[in-house]
Amino acid sequence: MSNIAKAFDHGKAFIPFITCGDPDLETTAAAVRAAVENGADLVELGIPFSDPSAEGPVIQAASLRALTGGVTTDKIFDLVRDLRRDVTVPMVFMTYANVVFSYGAERFIRTCQEIGIDGLILPDIPYEEKEEFLEICHQYGVDLVSLIAPTSQNRIASIAQEAEGFIYIVSSLGVTGTRSEITTDLGSIVAVIRENTKIPCAVGFGISNPQQARQMAEVSDGAIVGSAIMKIIGEYGREAPAHVGKYVRAMSDALK
Amino acid sequence: MSKSRGRFGIHGGQYIPETLMNAVIELEEAYNHYKEDPEFNRELTALLNEYAGRPSRLYFAEKLTRELGGAKIYLKREDLNHTGAHKINNVLGQALLAKKMGKTRLIAETGAGQHGVATATAAALMDMECVVFMGEEDTRRQALNVYRMRLLGATVIPVTTGTATLKDAVNECMREWTRRIDDTHYCLGSVMGPHPFPTIVRDFQAVISREIKAQILEKEGRLPDAVLACVGGGSNAIGSFYHFIEDKEVRLIGCEAAGRGADTFETAATMNVGRVGIFHGMKSYFCQDEYGQIAPVYSISAGLDYPGVGPEHAWLHDIGRAEYVPVTDDEAVNAFEYLSRTEGIIPAIESAHAVAYAQKLAPQMRKDQILVITISGRGDKDCAAIARYRGEDLHE
Repeated sequence: MSNIAKAFDHGKAFIPFITCGDPDLETTAAAVRAAVENGADLVELGIPFSDPSAEGPVIQAASLRALTGGVTTDKIFDLVRDLRRDVTVPMVFMTYANVVFSYGAERFIRTCQEIGIDGLILPDIPYEEKEEFLEICHQYGVDLVSLIAPTSQNRIASIAQEAEGFIYIVSSLGVTGTRSEITTDLGSIVAVIRENTKIPCAVGFGISNPQQARQMAEVSDGAIVGSAIMKIIGEYGREAPAHVGKYVRAMSDALK
Repeated sequence: MSKSRGRFGIHGGQYIPETLMNAVIELEEAYNHYKEDPEFNRELTALLNEYAGRPSRLYFAEKLTRELGGAKIYLKREDLNHTGAHKINNVLGQALLAKKMGKTRLIAETGAGQHGVATATAAALMDMECVVFMGEEDTRRQALNVYRMRLLGATVIPVTTGTATLKDAVNECMREWTRRIDDTHYCLGSVMGPHPFPTIVRDFQAVISREIKAQILEKEGRLPDAVLACVGGGSNAIGSFYHFIEDKEVRLIGCEAAGRGADTFETAATMNVGRVGIFHGMKSYFCQDEYGQIAPVYSISAGLDYPGVGPEHAWLHDIGRAEYVPVTDDEAVNAFEYLSRTEGIIPAIESAHAVAYAQKLAPQMRKDQILVITISGRGDKDCAAIARYRGEDLHE
């Protein structure tokens, strides 16, 4: 069984996303620890990409700040080595295919295993293209997380049958970022997922407040929040970790 | 990689968010249906001939030939098409297809503005809504085209993210398409992006080489020795090459924008300086750093200022079927002026890259050899920018 399953062992999971290196890696490390101390069950670490075409303005800006600050894939691997001295919750990388491909997919994924990264989320690798990365992921015991979108329809069953770790359900059309309401019929998407797999599923995109998180977790196994956290980091910079901790506590409590 | 579709060797594929997958599958199914549909083909041919002015001329450039003193040079005059460039060939095809699919809204990226103008034109003709994304930097370089698009009823959205050029306009189009997919077709302007776009755009642009072949056989009774075209994403080049790929004796030469030089950081010569990567829905060559971050690229030409190249070109490069040569800003500007004075034809600055390489190649060829240069667009849009490049304070 993959480590990721442990995040869903004790009730609904709260999954924060943090762009590594915004504004610097010390702040990222402190923010991750604050999130974990305040109830994060799994942490998504974003490796920034120059052209994040699935992201809304908040994470675009965070990625740009991180890259401008000089963060690189190797420095982020070092960050994870440091975090793994005390952080035990599952951690996954979220980045774009070219970051992995350009580093050398095998070298990248082997390093994930070495440093204790449990999974990989690549929003520009759909079901049809995953095999190129999947074989290597299997070899090194890293889960390649599948995404399901409101437009997936007849694709849901096939994606779910082959999914690993957890399924990332995209709550609504469009890019990442907070939304005032989410109107997708997630219940019927989750029903098809449940018919086809036992692995957990969590909802992301557009969630920012405890009420939304609770709603999403009612129909699934957890809630993923990225833009709302990166907005806090964008606002408070190096002072952000304490604010992130407080926010994660409120969100996490709403799910328990 | 058994499930992966739309490959050219190792290149191509569909590297896009799950949200868009059903849309590209639906597009592929519709395209496969309509490309065999006689009624669709009748309508498209009528539009290309009656509205866009095809077939375009294959013009024997006698003065140019004499001055360069080598191969006989023919110009494929895509600049004479309605809207002034080859872009209309693809846009009429895609807009008609989108209309048949029940879409009511077109979105498009544009660099130099030629694809945006063509899309706005087709949208006006076919009563569709049109939104064009254009890098803010490019809206300044190509202010006239921004006005043309608005005149045609399109909304132009300046893109301020990243380098505010063509690649960022593509990013913004992808984001917009994930936001609004039901009524919207992404009318991609080059042979790039996820499958089926590289194939669809190539098929719609292949009319260029189909005509060149028939015209040169008519005029010369034989195939040309070389075909030259400029390459950004590569749509006019693949259109010019396609029907010659099996004719191994025809050299196919793509001219890339080297900016201030392929050995500088201010370049867009992807095939010469890039590495294989995954971006904008495809695997191909990209200008990128050691960590896979897409590099800022530079060219005087807004239409070639792109860090990638279409996957079919990447494959033609890999198998050695086509050559890709770098041409600098200086060489292109000289060629822009040279063709204007020699033949009275002002080429787009993009097309001037191909003319520049012909200036080097033609003199090395024998007088009984034949060289075809595709003039992908006309240069009116570039006059102010070239004047500024030469230090003249000309503003539109």
